[in-house]
Amino acid sequence: MIAHAIFFYVFSIIAVVSAIMVTVSKNTVHSVFFLILDFISISCLFIMIGAEFLGMIMLIVYVGAVAVLFLFVVMMLNVAQQKNQWFVSEENSGHIPVGLLISAIIFFELIIVIGGWKYKPDLFETTNPIINEISNTHSLGQVLYTDYIHIFQISGMILLIAMIGAIVLTFRQREGVKKQSYLKQISRERSEGVEVLEVASNKGVKIDD
Amino acid sequence: MEYVNIIFQEIYKILFLLVPVLVSVAMIVWLDRRVWAFVQKRQGPNVVGPFGLLQSLADALKYIFKEIIIPASSNKIIFILAPIITMTLALIAWAVIPFGIDQVLADINVGILYIFAVSSLGVYGIIMGGWASNSKYPFLGAIRSAAQMVSYEVSIGIIIINVLLCVGSLNLNDIVIAQKDMWFVIPLFPMFVIFFISALAETNRPPFDLPEAEAELVAGYQTEYSGMMYAMFWLGEYANILLMCALGSILFLGGWLSPIDLYPFNLIPGTIWLIFKILFLFILFALVKAIVPRYRYDQLMRLGWKIFLPLSLTYVVLTASYLFYFELLPIN
Repeated sequence: MIAHAIFFYVFSIIAVVSAIMVTVSKNTVHSVFFLILDFISISCLFIMIGAEFLGMIMLIVYVGAVAVLFLFVVMMLNVAQQKNQWFVSEENSGHIPVGLLISAIIFFELIIVIGGWKYKPDLFETTNPIINEISNTHSLGQVLYTDYIHIFQISGMILLIAMIGAIVLTFRQREGVKKQSYLKQISRERSEGVEVLEVASNKGVKIDD
Repeated sequence: MEYVNIIFQEIYKILFLLVPVLVSVAMIVWLDRRVWAFVQKRQGPNVVGPFGLLQSLADALKYIFKEIIIPASSNKIIFILAPIITMTLALIAWAVIPFGIDQVLADINVGILYIFAVSSLGVYGIIMGGWASNSKYPFLGAIRSAAQMVSYEVSIGIIIINVLLCVGSLNLNDIVIAQKDMWFVIPLFPMFVIFFISALAETNRPPFDLPEAEAELVAGYQTEYSGMMYAMFWLGEYANILLMCALGSILFLGGWLSPIDLYPFNLIPGTIWLIFKILFLFILFALVKAIVPRYRYDQLMRLGWKIFLPLSLTYVVLTASYLFYFELLPIN
């Protein structure tokens, strides 16, 4: 039990510190790396409470895919010039009250959610599943694909629509772009690519131009 | 006292796993170069030790005594972290690989997801190295490899779903045991081919070694690295290749099962069979390196997103419908 507690505190301290460092660190790329560290320690916490499937999915989806794309974008942007302008300049701080308001709302929402869950009357019946008999993955699948199948499908649809929307918004047909036709390239044969000419001495050859 | 005992036991087990893996990484580098040379009618490394077996050791010694150069304008902490991360991620994934029915370091429920997660983290070593070098070629290599590895991970994930549909468990030992009657390479042969090619792309092997394409990018993300740090990238890369071979043999070639379940073959321990299967896949990797020319980048992306992804998704539907129709779904 002591070892469990030690691990819990180590992971949660890393999670909290790196979450703070995401906002504090001056370099944007460093922020993303701290975000990744945060994701990893949170997935470790998931594994510690026995939700190994969620922990691994967190690693695969957030760290393996989302954060990579995030890093990809951040590294491409030239953020060196505009770093910390938002927080340093005095006249441009009009958005700070708005940010505070939003974070306060999120904070109260979290309190309501967690508080409501904590004082739910049948808490102990619902949070003590028969862990040893059925594995995490099975139980998740049984709930997700039976009781909540419609919600699950709808969230999938929403994601699909968001993806298509992003593609439609950013897609533009450009004129005069040279396109590679894959079929044309691989169906090219020697007879069309190479021409053997008899070159008369001292005369040279005229290549079609 | 009890805790200390447990810790020492675990360290002993980990060393018992890691030392053979590292030694075999060194041997596999030699094998790779030999196979490559034989395809091209050369000799390859054959001077140091018998058949040149100690060549990798000599190389390692050379790297140890070389100077580590850290570029002045690089981001030093991340620059040093990058090879360490590559190496560590390549080694920790071995914890869940089963070498026999009870010969596994960590027999966790979600073993296959763990391997998948760790291999998807592998891209960070490359991105960090490329970005922290603060130089053009490494950065281009890092960007390329990020896009490439994310793309091919998608198809590997869907191929794994194919296998999991037939198994009904995420545990690697269960996956091996499910192949007792028939290796998955037979019913899922197209998936095996796609897995093999995606594994080539995932480990940045030729013909998909665009992150380090020497004709365009000097050495890609490793350009600024030297000495032991370069060697760590290199070891990590080969450990990853071995891991992919191990994953391929567990998912499709029956892991530690013997090919024929008859008397003389049963006596050979499963570990030997697993090693043979890994070696078989690795020699295929080495042959591909020697035979196939490098892909262009747009061809690579097209192959990943427009061919492999739809194909493997279709195969998921096929597998699921087949299993459902013939009531073979593994429900427990």
